[in-house]
Parts: sequence; structure tokens; C-alpha cells
Amino acid sequence: MSAPETAIRKTLADANLQLAIYNNTGRFKENRRRAVAPDQLPEYEDLRTRAAAIKRHTLSFLDVYLLQLESAVEDSGGKVIWASTGEEAADFIVKLAKEREANLIVKSKSMTSEEIHLNDRLAHHELEAVETDLGEYILQLAGQRPFHIVAPAIHMTRNDVADIFTEKLGIEHDTVIENQAMTARRVLREKFLSAGIGITGANFLLADSGAVVIVENEGNARLTHSAPKVHVAIAGIEKVIPRARDLAVFLDLLGRSASGQALTSYTSIVTGPRRQGELDGPEEFYLVLLDAGRTKLLADPEQRESLQCIRCGACLNACPVYRKIGGHNYPWVYSGPIGKVITPSFQGKEKDTWLPFASSLCGACAEVCPVKIDIPGLLLKLRKELVTANPADRSAFQVWAWLMRRPGMYALAARIGRSLMGFNIGPLAAWRSERDLPAAPRKSFRELWKERKK
Amino acid sequence: MTASHAFIVIPSRGETLAHPVIQSRVMPRRVAIFVTCIVDQLFPNAGMAMVDVLERLGLEVEFREAQTCCAQPAFNSGYQREARAVARHFVDTFDGAETIVVPSGSCTSMITHHYADLFAHDPVALARVDALTPRVFEFSQFLLSLPNLDSLGARFPHKITYHDSCHALRELGLKDAPRRLLGMVKDLELVEMEAAEECCGFGGTFSVKFAQISGAMARTKVDSILQTGASHVVSLDSSCLMQLRGALSRGGHKVETLHLAEVLASRG
Amino acid sequence: MESRDVIMERVRAALGRKLGQKPLPPPEPLLRVSHQSPAAKLARFELRFLGTVTVVADWTFVAAAVEKLLDGKTAVASGHPYLRACGIAEVTGVSANPEDLRNACATAGVGITSAYCLLAETGTIVLRASPEEPRLVSLLPPVHIAVVPQDRLLTNLDEMLSMTPRPVDADSSAMVLITGPSRTGDIEQFLVRGVHGPGEVHVVIVQGKTPPL
Repeated sequence: MSAPETAIRKTLADANLQLAIYNNTGRFKENRRRAVAPDQLPEYEDLRTRAAAIKRHTLSFLDVYLLQLESAVEDSGGKVIWASTGEEAADFIVKLAKEREANLIVKSKSMTSEEIHLNDRLAHHELEAVETDLGEYILQLAGQRPFHIVAPAIHMTRNDVADIFTEKLGIEHDTVIENQAMTARRVLREKFLSAGIGITGANFLLADSGAVVIVENEGNARLTHSAPKVHVAIAGIEKVIPRARDLAVFLDLLGRSASGQALTSYTSIVTGPRRQGELDGPEEFYLVLLDAGRTKLLADPEQRESLQCIRCGACLNACPVYRKIGGHNYPWVYSGPIGKVITPSFQGKEKDTWLPFASSLCGACAEVCPVKIDIPGLLLKLRKELVTANPADRSAFQVWAWLMRRPGMYALAARIGRSLMGFNIGPLAAWRSERDLPAAPRKSFRELWKERKK
Repeated sequence: MTASHAFIVIPSRGETLAHPVIQSRVMPRRVAIFVTCIVDQLFPNAGMAMVDVLERLGLEVEFREAQTCCAQPAFNSGYQREARAVARHFVDTFDGAETIVVPSGSCTSMITHHYADLFAHDPVALARVDALTPRVFEFSQFLLSLPNLDSLGARFPHKITYHDSCHALRELGLKDAPRRLLGMVKDLELVEMEAAEECCGFGGTFSVKFAQISGAMARTKVDSILQTGASHVVSLDSSCLMQLRGALSRGGHKVETLHLAEVLASRG
Repeated sequence: MESRDVIMERVRAALGRKLGQKPLPPPEPLLRVSHQSPAAKLARFELRFLGTVTVVADWTFVAAAVEKLLDGKTAVASGHPYLRACGIAEVTGVSANPEDLRNACATAGVGITSAYCLLAETGTIVLRASPEEPRLVSLLPPVHIAVVPQDRLLTNLDEMLSMTPRPVDADSSAMVLITGPSRTGDIEQFLVRGVHGPGEVHVVIVQGKTPPL
């Protein structure tokens, strides 16, 4: 399957969008750089090494940690729902909502829930699920999917937001951003206080405490897990870390890598329903543990490390390709470099076969990854697998390899190649579609060398 | 003087992989050069300039004619079998060479960081690779490993900006090295561009398979270059220079591209 | 087979592990615990905290300090014994531990809480939910004031995690680390405060002896 060339061309031609993507990711990138610089975080490299080690360890013994997590959740009065597929997760939530007569559901940001098309499924059963993260709320009104893993509406301007609010909320057109945020506060406050169920994601799951850790800036996640009577947290099985104390490493890396913040406004560590005597908080707590393809990735020793991802978005902000094509040109909900490596495993390696090749392998992603995922390495492995399964292209490289082992033939073929550089065919045409090609030199180095040594 | 070696943590296998630059107390007498296929065929002047610099330092330069390519194009496209065959040819060609100097960051890192992957299942070949790779140096790495290097006798009275090619920067850890060398060039003014570390968009076959994106990436670099007011943009990778030159030319800009070796060989 | 079993079997198969097989011990996180002097911690907290910090010499000055911060607004206060001991309930406009907590939080201009601790390094208020410290007091009102004794000012998160291996347990269902006001940059990265949580946060740090409870 080939890349969405028309859509990409449109994105590249949209000057305003290009500026929005480049400048916004640029700001994240710069803020991150400052936040992890030696004067701010001298232990940065040590933390990365430990974070990678803890994640690798947890994945290696995931069976133990999942059972420990389940036990701890149950000890604090919660319940674990194991969902093999996205449908199962959604079905559970639908069933729960119907049983509790919760027609209104509030949601805080969860990429996992995007994966399983939760909102669509709920809507199908006439259950209203309202996104409460400002960016997600705007997108929900606009009917769009997230543009970025951490900052979902990074591509929108205040004018876009004003248009959407006027059309969908019927309010007067207002491009003042502060007013737009306050409109969302006003509308959503009502929803928080009347919703029957609050659904959150989880940044981390603490196996020893049975707790869900949620990192945010707005406070919508806190309201989602504290105001309604029922709290459902949905998370992939790879979100587990062994102990609360491991947060010392992960919290230091997450906020800084994502947005340059040492700590975000709110980090919630919640478990189970309210305790005896507590005056607020949910009365019921469910942790939906989602497989939906993660065990398949776990079983792939070459690709397993992509499960270490803590969804900070740093790789998106660093990626020169993402910063040009933006999140909507990736085929799945996860975009950017991490999206490139996990999409084939989740969606099928035979689909979107262009994806692992849409990279210059510059390594900027690996450089910023707080858990040291070798994304370029993973892309190379995917490319290797793709050519094994599809030997069409191979013949060209077989000829190439044959030539490259025979210096005389190589030199001859190269001389012929140089003489053809003026033609506009195949790769030469593709090159020239975007930039000029230099004229071929009359003599190659080896020819000049021979002359020099005379 | 000490060798420059900035170690970049690259996450392959979760280790810090650094190319150890050998601290020589004694000047090597003779170096073999691996010019790379792109320099050989498209940018021979960069290769010649490198030879000039090496010979001016009193080194004897050996060019083994059997050399062709480091196999990176095949490797990056996923054709491991073909890459292995060509890599074997490289190893055979440079058998016994004490020092191999390469005017390219990406070709050097292909050899020093990826040949081991290619031959992971062939212990005999792997042993040969392991014996060879510590002797392979990118050009600026090599120069800075030489004792008592403080002048190259170079002069280049222009305002230039430097493009950090990706493999050199992130796999070989070469950020300061080229800049230190440029600092030795008389009358040269170096102005850093904002986007110095951003990929130029070449990426091998990426440049033609995803030409639109590649072109857009190049134009971002061009904007950054133009903002410096430099008359030349310099890099240690010819593939990047070809990409930047093509974009500069297409945009009608007068900025020229030069390989680091050409600047260091310049007598003004 | 139940999904639980399906998933667990898949996990074990993926890892080549057997049921009941023991794991290796986990690698250690990095816990940077340096013990700074109270004065140093206070200075650091004042620097980092994204709101006002009022330091009072002893608990008898708390009520006046809070009244000043209220600036005529109505407030809801949690029923925490520390607040009671400092006389918060007597401050004009404060409804302490009201019957209809939810409604009070939804309508009050200010929420007043105690705190589990403060973190100097990041300017963080740490709250731990309990029967005396409900969640919504620090969340619904547009302003949040925390009244905290100085001896609860810790150096950093690592120190707190060392001291508190179980942030949530049988006694507490939720811990929240509050670092500054609620904010968003979701639209054009333009910073707006007070989107859903409080837009203003204040801390009153109390020196001197503990008040009689």
C-alpha cells in the first residue's frame, strides 16, 4: 500500500498549517531541551538508563506484575476487567453504563480509548461520552482525530476554535483564547458534576499499590476520576511499572520530555473506590486492562522494546518528517516515530508498507526518547521483514550488489550512470521534482587519482 | 593534543556505543582512504581535497582501487543479504590496512556501528569486522586524533555555516570536532544556523521515495541557512551537501556547498 | 476461556515463562535524597511555587493570613483537624466541613485544605485524600489555599517516595501532586490558567509549635 501522497501534498502546501506544526513542536522541543540540560537535570542520562532498564525488566516479567497489579487493585476494593480486544473493553463499558443508567460519561485524555474507538461505540448505544481535555473536546466537536499524542489540537488556530464553538455550541464567535478556554470550563463543569461515569486513561499502573497514575495540566482528569460515582480507568497492559518509588524516575522524565515541565500541574495516584469515611471520590472503580495486540508485540523479541514507550511525544517533536506531514497523515491513532514502529505490529505488517520507509533514519527520535527506544533500529528491522516478504524490489539491489563486488564493472556502470544523469527518468525525475541535480563531474575520483599519481 | 571524542548515547542495544578514537602518540605514516561511492562518482573534489590535507600533514595516502561502496543503501532498504555481500567486499578490500579514513559520517557509521549487526550470525566474518572497525575513522575524527595538530595551513576568508549531518552527529558524536577544525582555518567566520542539527532530508532512497517530504525538509534547512547570511554551507557528508545544494539551486540562492575537506584544503 | 486466562497465557507464551515462575528483582530507580536545611528548603519552595507563599511565625497568625488571602470571597474548608486547630472555621466567609460538600465546593470562591506535605524542589503541594481531606475542596473552587506546617516541607519527590512507599493504601484512595494552577496550552500553545482546576494557588506555611488539637 502506498503513502497518502495527495493528502501529504495538501498538508505540505498549507503554509499556515506548516507554521503551526513547526513552531508548536519547535517550542516543545526547545522546552524539553532546556528542562533536561545538565544545569537543570544533571542525572538525565542516568535516569534514561534506569527508566529503560525498569521498563525492560517489567516487560520481561509482565506475567508477575499483571497478577500483582490485579491483586492490589482488588485489595483496595476495585475490580480488574481483562479485555483481550478493543471490542471487549468497549462492550464492558457500554454494559456498565447501561446498568448504572449513566447516559452521560466524561472522559479525560486517553490515546488507548482512541485506539478502540470507544466514543463511537458508546455513541452507537446512545451513550454520550464527552471529552474533557480542552484539545480533545475541541476535536470531538469538530469530528477530528488527535493530531499529536500529547497536544491533540496542535494544528488548530484560535479562529478554527471560534468557528467550531460557534457552529457546535451556538455561541457568539469569539477568537480570544482565554474566553474559549473559559467556555469549555463552563460547559464541561456541568458535565463533570452530572456524569454517571468518569473514564480516564493511565500514564502508569503501579503493580505494588494497584494504583493508576495520571499526569495532566488542566485538572479535567482529576474531575473525571473524582466527581462521578464510577471511575473506569483504561490502560494497555504495558503501562505497568513495579513500584510507586519507580515514579521517581518516570515522573522526572515524562513532564520534561513532553513539555519541559519538571512536574505537570497535577499528578494523581488513585486506587479503588473511596475508602471508608471519605466524603468524595468514586464509589466503584474498574481498571480495564487492554491487550488488543500488545501480547503480539510482546512476543516479537525484535520489536518488544517499543512497548517501553511512556507516550511523552518527544519523538514527534523531534521528528523532521512529523514536523512536515503532521499527525493526520499517519494511518493510525499513534503518529510520529513511535506510531511508525508500532502501527505495523498492531494493524498488520502487510498494511501501509510505506510507513517504515517514510523516514530518513536521522535518529533525532532515539536521541530524545526518555526510555531509549531505538526507533531507527526498529524501523530497519521492519524494512528487513518487508523485503523478505516482498521480493519485487530485490532484483535491482541484486544487480547493484553484483556490481559493487566487481570494481571494474562498478566503475564502468557508474560512468554510464553519470552520463545518463541528464535524463529525467525514474528516481532522477523524482529527485528533480523537488530540487536540482548537479551536473555529473567529467572524471571520477579514481580517474583523477590515476592522473595524479602519474 | 588529545583526541576529540564526544560520545552520544545511541540506544541500540541499550548501551552507549562510542567509536573509540585511538590516541596516537606517534603519527601514522600511511593511511588508506575509502572515498565512498558518492564522492568517487559525484564529488571527486571532496576526495581530492581530503588527499591534499592528508599529504600536507606528511602522510602517505593509499587508494585501494578495489573499493566500491560501504553497502549502506542496501542495508537501509532492508536488503541484508545484498548488503552483506558488499560489506564483505569492503572488509576484503581493506584487509591489513592500519588506518582507514573516510570523508563521510554516514558511511563511517555504517561500517563502525552496523557491520557488526550484518555479521552477527557469522563469527568468522564478525571477528574480521571487529578487527577492522576500530581502524576506520571519519575524516575529522582522524585529524583530531593526530598529535600536535594545531594548524592545517588553511585559509578560507568567507562567512560559513555548518550542517550537522545526522549519522556524524548522533552515531559518531561529532559536534565539536568539525567546528574545532574550522576554527583552525584563517579568516573563516562560522555562523551557526538555528536548524543546524535538523535532518536535511536526504536519507538515501527516502529522498526519491518520499520526494515531497524530503524537499520540504530541505527547504526548511535552506531557510535556516539563508538566515545566517553565510555564503557557504559546509558539512562532512556529501549526500547532505547534494541535497542542500539541489534545494539552494532550485530556490535560486547563491549559497554554495562545500565539503569540510575542501575548506580545510583551501589556501584562500 | 476467560479473557484473563487468554491474556495471561499469551503473556507467558510471549515471554517463555511458566505459571508461578519467579521474577528477578527489579532494577533500582534513582532516588536523589539530599537533606537540606529548613531555611534552604523554604527558600527553594518560595522560588519554585507558582502562587503566593505566606510564612507565618506560628499557628496563631494563620486565621488572619487566610482572611487576607480570601479577600472577601466565600470559602469551603476541609474538616482536617489541623485547619480546625488553626481556627480556620472561625474566619469570615469560611464554611468548614459543610454538610453538602459537593455543592459547597461547586459554589465557593476558595477551597482551603491542609496538605500531606510540600515539595521544595518543584513547588508542589501533596494532598492525600482521607475522611478529613476530601478531593473536591482543592479542585472545584477557582482558588486553592493550603495551610501547612513547615516541618512538612520536604526537599523533593524522591524524598517523599522514600518516606511513603505506598502513596495510596487502606487509609487513602488518592494522592495528588499539585504543582501550580490548572493550565492549558492546547490552543496555539497560549497559556490559560484555571481551565478546570483552580486558577490560583496559595500556600500558608506555619512555623513554630504545633497548635493544640
